[in-house]
Amino acid sequence: MSVGLEQYLLLSAVLFTIGLVGALSKRNAIIVLMCIEIMLNAVNLTLVAFYRYGGLDITGMVFALFVMLVAAAEVALGLAIVFSLYRSRETVDLAEMDMMKW
Amino acid sequence: MDLQAVAFYVLAAMLVVSALAVVLIPNVFRAGLFLVLAFFAVAGLFITLGADFLGAVQILVYVGAIGVLLLLAIMLTRDVHHGSPGNRLWLPASVLGALLLGAVSWSLLNTTWADKAAEMPVPATAALGASVFDLQNGFILPLEIGALALLAVVIGAIVLVGEKK
Repeated sequence: MSVGLEQYLLLSAVLFTIGLVGALSKRNAIIVLMCIEIMLNAVNLTLVAFYRYGGLDITGMVFALFVMLVAAAEVALGLAIVFSLYRSRETVDLAEMDMMKW
Repeated sequence: MDLQAVAFYVLAAMLVVSALAVVLIPNVFRAGLFLVLAFFAVAGLFITLGADFLGAVQILVYVGAIGVLLLLAIMLTRDVHHGSPGNRLWLPASVLGALLLGAVSWSLLNTTWADKAAEMPVPATAALGASVFDLQNGFILPLEIGALALLAVVIGAIVLVGEKK
């Protein structure tokens, strides 16, 4: 059993699907943020695998680096929003955060 | 089976199990700990791919910063006893996920991929640095914009959660 590009891509697809299902079906805002992090990691894994097996040049790794930068920014801001919502509503349940619903 | 294959299958099993645990475990704090384990597994997979620098950055940024931040947020919001309930959309979401996984796997298994693994520089840290800081075709401006974005995020987070006087 040798490992090639396809095994890495399949693993990324499985990981992305787990993250997607979790992000769509969970009610705890922090769990949803975690699932988004899992999806970003899956994408990074795909980019690095494409770099290693020659589909992308070294640019694949540069892109993965920028994805990490944006992920760090995203999680910091996302948690700040969850905090301020928790302060005003005493919950992180997304089903109860409907003040912008018309 | 060579060493890379052994490392890949061990790390892949660890990664899938811990990612599933993040979604399925009702205790939010334990889900956070499993997420940290998943980040470690991804760092290991980066290293099996020859991306040493990205593996180190993965541990520093994801495990060190994002993991700690998420666990801190879980402990500060005190919703651990509510667990992580699913919403009404769990069935359509699972069906959509299965469809997506099927479509992606089908298309990637039916594509002939170029294999130029022998030509790529491994480990790639020096090549990555040369590519990012190259004066002609480098990524210096995006890097500066990224630094500015991080500064804006820090200010924005302080504004959002700072004490209101």
